[in-house]
Amino acid sequence: MRGLLTAVTFLPTLGAIALMLVPRTAARAIRLGAFGISLATFLISLPLYFAFDTDSADYQFEEFAPWLPSLGASYHVGVDGISVLLVLLTTFLTPIALASAWTAIHDRTKEFVITMLVLETGMVGVFVSLDLFLFYVFWEAMLIPMYFLIGVWGGTNRIYAAVKFVLYTMVGSVLMLVAILAIYYQHGGATGTFTFDVPTLARWVMPPGTGQTLMFLAFALAFAIKVPLFPFHTWLPDAHVEAPTAGSIILAGVLLKMGTYGYLRFCLPLFPDAALAFGPLVFALALIGIIYGAWVSMVQPDLKKLVAYSSVSHLGFVMLGIFTLNIQGLVGGLIQMINHGLSTGALFLMVGMIYERRHTRLIADFGGLWKVIPAFSALFLVVTLSSLGLPGLNGFVGEFLILLGVFRVNRWLAALAALGVIFAAVYLLWMYQRVIFGEIRHPENERLHDLTPREWAVTIPLVIFIVFIGVYPAAFTARTEATIEALIAQVQSKAGVATLPASRAERAPARSNPETAGRAVTVARP
Amino acid sequence: MIPPPVVSLGPLLPIIIVCATGMLVLLLDLLPARGSKAYLATVSLGGLVVALMSALFRWGGGEARAFRDMIILDNYALFFHIVICYAAALIVLLSMDYLERQGAESAEYYALLLFSTSGMMLLSAANDLIIVFLGIELMSLSLYVLAGLFKWRPQASEASMKYFLLGVFASAFLLYGIALLYGATGSTNFGRMTSAVAGKPADTLFLLGLGFVMVGLGFKISAVPFHMWAPDVYEGAPTSVTALIATASKAAVFAALIRLVIADLRPVQPDWTNALWVLAVLSMTVGNVVALAQTNLKRMLAYSSIAHVGYMLVGLVTGGAQGAAAVLFYLLAYMFTTVGTFGVITLCERSTGEAVDVGDYAGLGRRHPMLALALTLFLLSLVGIPPLAGFVGKFYLFGAAVKSGYVWLAVIAVLNSAIAAYYYLRVIIYMYMREPEGEVASYVPSFAGSLALVISLAGILLLGLQPSPFVDLAQSAVAPLLR
Repeated sequence: MRGLLTAVTFLPTLGAIALMLVPRTAARAIRLGAFGISLATFLISLPLYFAFDTDSADYQFEEFAPWLPSLGASYHVGVDGISVLLVLLTTFLTPIALASAWTAIHDRTKEFVITMLVLETGMVGVFVSLDLFLFYVFWEAMLIPMYFLIGVWGGTNRIYAAVKFVLYTMVGSVLMLVAILAIYYQHGGATGTFTFDVPTLARWVMPPGTGQTLMFLAFALAFAIKVPLFPFHTWLPDAHVEAPTAGSIILAGVLLKMGTYGYLRFCLPLFPDAALAFGPLVFALALIGIIYGAWVSMVQPDLKKLVAYSSVSHLGFVMLGIFTLNIQGLVGGLIQMINHGLSTGALFLMVGMIYERRHTRLIADFGGLWKVIPAFSALFLVVTLSSLGLPGLNGFVGEFLILLGVFRVNRWLAALAALGVIFAAVYLLWMYQRVIFGEIRHPENERLHDLTPREWAVTIPLVIFIVFIGVYPAAFTARTEATIEALIAQVQSKAGVATLPASRAERAPARSNPETAGRAVTVARP
Repeated sequence: MIPPPVVSLGPLLPIIIVCATGMLVLLLDLLPARGSKAYLATVSLGGLVVALMSALFRWGGGEARAFRDMIILDNYALFFHIVICYAAALIVLLSMDYLERQGAESAEYYALLLFSTSGMMLLSAANDLIIVFLGIELMSLSLYVLAGLFKWRPQASEASMKYFLLGVFASAFLLYGIALLYGATGSTNFGRMTSAVAGKPADTLFLLGLGFVMVGLGFKISAVPFHMWAPDVYEGAPTSVTALIATASKAAVFAALIRLVIADLRPVQPDWTNALWVLAVLSMTVGNVVALAQTNLKRMLAYSSIAHVGYMLVGLVTGGAQGAAAVLFYLLAYMFTTVGTFGVITLCERSTGEAVDVGDYAGLGRRHPMLALALTLFLLSLVGIPPLAGFVGKFYLFGAAVKSGYVWLAVIAVLNSAIAAYYYLRVIIYMYMREPEGEVASYVPSFAGSLALVISLAGILLLGLQPSPFVDLAQSAVAPLLR
């Protein structure tokens, strides 16, 4: 299926270019067109799920074309168990986000949908790039549409939030650029091959030392800001509160995952010694994030801020899982990335729905909604429970696996992290209780209308996956395990901790052989 | 007996074409008035295009020398001929309606622009300090007058006066430096100077002379601490002239600087590398930090251009073929981006004059979406956001720095680009995220101006998405320097 990833990546931008030609007065046609393009992108991305070879740790659907031959940068894309689900999450959430804005965005609709579609290209590009140069291009390019989303269509304090978002991210990523150049020249100087190709660089064993530590820190800072890891999280509540609903869905659902994805794709395999050395620090920061995020969520009067801080807490779990470097923790972390995208995306979506009705997000302005809008209340309950990790729903699977992985590393750490699950139950259920239960205290809430067909249609797909992952997680975890095992083996063998069962170690060298697998396309398995 | 000089004008052909066009424009102006002077712009454009073509035809044709090695026409000089002619041609396009609207259309403008351009081209072909001086004076004297073209504006007179006084001061430094270098080496020719100092311990007289020459050239590229003139001149000069000062004149001086320091002074490299390091860091940091506080778009771009000079000096510090090629590529990218940015300003106006305050651009995204989109792309290219030309330029520059071990210099440079994002994005904030208060800039339709914008936009997209051929071009341009 050559060209599939290219099609998934660039179809939204092509669509955006086509939409530029539509006159702006035809707002309905523009909305429909953008939704159709994003839906088509989702549909053509489905073979990534169905034709994905779950037994292979290699990159699949690879495409390779020289781009800057004199520099060793190429257009090299592919997916493996780490990225395939994230690509699907992106293509899945974009049409939902576009549909959520159907009535919420009136001003400059044309620019809005074009921005969203360009953003989708950037996001997919980040996840499929297997070349550091290409990755950086998408990583930086994606900032701009998000900046516009917050700055143009955001709330009252939108400009402050947008600028803060861009500057925070820029500072992190420019240092990463220097580290990218450093690894390029260090690898080139050591091997004679100057390349930005990620699989090639990942196979090379970088000598441990100050150089590796500094490069790791530069990458880690860029990703820590994006995750966001405590104490780099302060841009997130501002950005979330000011962003329009569609922006919040994308921001929470996909953008934050780029940080955790970066750790998996780059920090662990490229700088294993430094990553292991800094593991305890990451654990500490992640744990602080979990507890701190949960506590701050508890006292938020604003629904969006509450969900934003809950993201800090949930992403802390993901970081814990990744740095356990065992199969449970990593698979849990990866699946939790998907879960958080679905649950938090759904939470922002539903908060957006009541905001559209009441133009307030303050918890104190609600109460007793279950009598007025029962269908909304029921779906909101499912989403809330999924976010707090109720068994049977998706959140439980991820958190359970992560805690299992953490337990194998350090029991006390697991015990402390488990507190975060309890706090999550406290702030989420308390929020639900104050918003949905009780008596109607505000007369404005008496005449709210329940979910419209469009709102049903955008919420139900999310709820289906929330339940589906909860009862049958293997449908997703199976696609990640082979890659994760190979990754663990690779990190441990490179860092000199070779204490692995033979069966897993064998897989490590198979991880994308450059000349053969690098350019060939994996034949799809039915 | 002195043999009669062999005059071979061949290597000077592109320069002669530009110069002769300038004289032709002056002559044509003497013809009985025909109403509009628009045809003079067309003639100038024609001359520049012919010069550009002649340079393109000459590309790869090996090296030619003239006037006893004083002038050298190789791929390197041709690269700069092309960049300078391209920039000048785009600026002529921008000037057409702009000057007419400002009521300043005159033959002198185009003639001076062409003379200035020929001075710049001469600089890029200089192989002797005397020619460097000649080129700088030809370029600068024309620019001093051009800067004060809007003589009814007080800022214009201030700009012209300031530029002139500080400029001649810098020229004096340059001349004194040349004299000292001549004293130290017995020659003003780049090659002969190099062989005179090669293999010897550094001589105080030589270093002093080199320092003075650096001051003179540093002034012309407005590197900190020789930048004081730039904001006032950028503000007071007609915007089209500002674009010329910001792009082509800097490219030309960089051409001489690179040929001098990277190619010919390699034997004494460490002595000037440290000085350039300091200049680079100062220029980047001061330029960007002061730009944060500007609300006048032209002043902001003046400080931003100081910062960009700092980035290019990073390439000079790095030295070697890669550093030089990176600077050349950056100059090309910077030329398209900056001409485009100033181009947008020439196309906007208020009833009281030019729209130069950042507040004038409030709501531009709603009123003129295409113009706002163009300005956004130019500004993002200046920030260095991929996939635009500015990003690739920075990538090569900082890559060269990392390769040569100047990692911390690269770190300072990238942090500076993050600072710069703030003030460039502020303009975008005004265009898209603020509603206008009071009178705002309105777009003046102009075919020639829009054409210049479209060419510049195509340039930054092409250089950003498909930089390979241009990188090869820059590399083959610096190849003759480093044999």
